Amino acid sequence: MKPPPFGYRAPVTLDEALDALAARPSGKVLAGGQSLIPLLNMRLAAPPELVDINRVAELDTLHVGDGGVRVGALARHTRVERSAAAAAVQPLLRRALRHVAHPVIRNRGTVVGSLAHADPAAELPAVLAVLDGTVDAASTRGRRTIPAADFFVGPLEPALEPGELAVSAYFPAAPPRTGTAFMETARRHGDYAIAGVAAVVTLDDDLRVSAARAGYLGISATPLVLDLTGAAGPHGDWTAAAAHVRDTVDPVADIHAGAAYRRHLTGVLTERALKRAAAEALRKAED
Amino acid sequence: MGEAREDTREDTFEDTREDTFDVALTVNGAHRTARVPARRLLSDLLRHDLGLTGTHVGCEHGVCGCCTVLLDGDPVRSCLMLAVTASGHEVTTVEGLAAPDGTPSPVQRAFRECHGLQCGFCTPGFLCTVTALLRETPRPTQDQVLEGISGNLCRCTGYQNIVASVHRAADLIARSAEEGEA
Ligand SMILES: Cc1cc2nc3c(=O)[nH]c(=O)nc-3n(C[C@H](O)[C@H](O)[C@H](O)COP(=O)(O)OP(=O)(O)OC[C@H]3O[C@@H](n4cnc5c(N)ncnc54)[C@H](O)[C@@H]3O)c2cc1C
Ligand code: FES
Ligand code: FES
Repeated sequence: MKPPPFGYRAPVTLDEALDALAARPSGKVLAGGQSLIPLLNMRLAAPPELVDINRVAELDTLHVGDGGVRVGALARHTRVERSAAAAAVQPLLRRALRHVAHPVIRNRGTVVGSLAHADPAAELPAVLAVLDGTVDAASTRGRRTIPAADFFVGPLEPALEPGELAVSAYFPAAPPRTGTAFMETARRHGDYAIAGVAAVVTLDDDLRVSAARAGYLGISATPLVLDLTGAAGPHGDWTAAAAHVRDTVDPVADIHAGAAYRRHLTGVLTERALKRAAAEALRKAED
Repeated sequence: MGEAREDTREDTFEDTREDTFDVALTVNGAHRTARVPARRLLSDLLRHDLGLTGTHVGCEHGVCGCCTVLLDGDPVRSCLMLAVTASGHEVTTVEGLAAPDGTPSPVQRAFRECHGLQCGFCTPGFLCTVTALLRETPRPTQDQVLEGISGNLCRCTGYQNIVASVHRAADLIARSAEEGEA
């Protein structure tokens, strides 16, 4: 089908974009369009106005520092996926991005757009959540930094106010002696996941587990983050950690999978991902 | 009652009067312009406004890949992009892949030789996707081919001949490069 009619603005600076959003607060930002345009084509969305940010060059940024990776609102999935510097500082980004749709979709879709879309089955929200990352938002009223734990309010519902634009997202670097892994199960490669997990394991100087965390997609309305340090114990009993997760999670059922299958899958993926992350942490600690 | 109905009709009339925008872009090397509403999809600009019906439209939500074109050289879904967003950019469609004298490109030749198409509905999308894939990865592994075409659906061929076509196209491109050097 075709999109319904809408007003259209194509600002070239951030200030112009914020003015346009302030003038019509029920308007929507158009970034890569890889989620919004399907919704328009299927007439599941009918915003009165679109503010197209594709010409706002100052948002097309990717800054990699020792502390983490800051992704601007116009940085496409492909650019972030290909950045060796970003992968070195926070490997989870590239690992998760490889599961986001197909390469052709990744050429247009943006990382920040994926966070703002807040799909419970999307990969990047779970990554931002497990890393305790942040989103910077701006409006004509000012700027603020929103922690991941507060950013995802519900399915397709980010904590952005009317008139607010997500300017960038910050993915903190992995601490020393830390390994990560990303795993998911989808019907077909490139589809949204039935369930998936982003795991982070950190070892101490004596190679004991000092932190184990997992962020989940596809099993709840917003990304679920579980601290599994206690359940795994200092020697990393990943089977026990997975059992704990199976007992803790309360997955949703939908047309793609039932709740019992999702619970089982979550346990299996947890154990595998934690094992892999721990092995990477050990390699790094021994380097 | 009668009055209220009048009002509604006037409102509806107002609402359907859409603003239009000038778009100017390079399509297959030629400068093209059109005046379109903001909601015109790039796929529809190409097919309806510019008469380039080689770009096919299967699903209009990004899943089938038939509408894939090259935007500044990179493959994108033309059904998931507004024509107004594409203004100022360079687009290559399936009509632009052959040489100016009509000689099929190596990718097109390979699809013909290896029977990489049957009904041909999906073919424009595959040709554009594979052209870009081989530009970036001239010697793709089997896995890279599968990943590269994973976003394009074909209901006829069963994919085996499409995969063979991609490897064959890589051979043809490598050979013409060698001949060019010799
Ligand atoms: C076939 C297909 C398969 C896909 N599979 C996956 C998948 O497996 N996993 C996955 O994660 N995604 C998938 N996607 C979606 C893709 O990753 C999108 O790119 C992403 O979800 C949205 O990014 P975008 O830049 O395209 O945003 P848009 O589509 O432009 O916008 C999406 C929403 O976010 C809002 N928005 C965007 N940017 C901002 C901003 N800077 N500030 C405020 N609001 C903003 C928009 O207003 C809109 O509501 C798929 C898409 C397709 C078409
Ligand atoms: S028509 Fe664009 S992907 Fe199907
Ligand atoms: S050849 Fe018929 S769909 Fe591919």
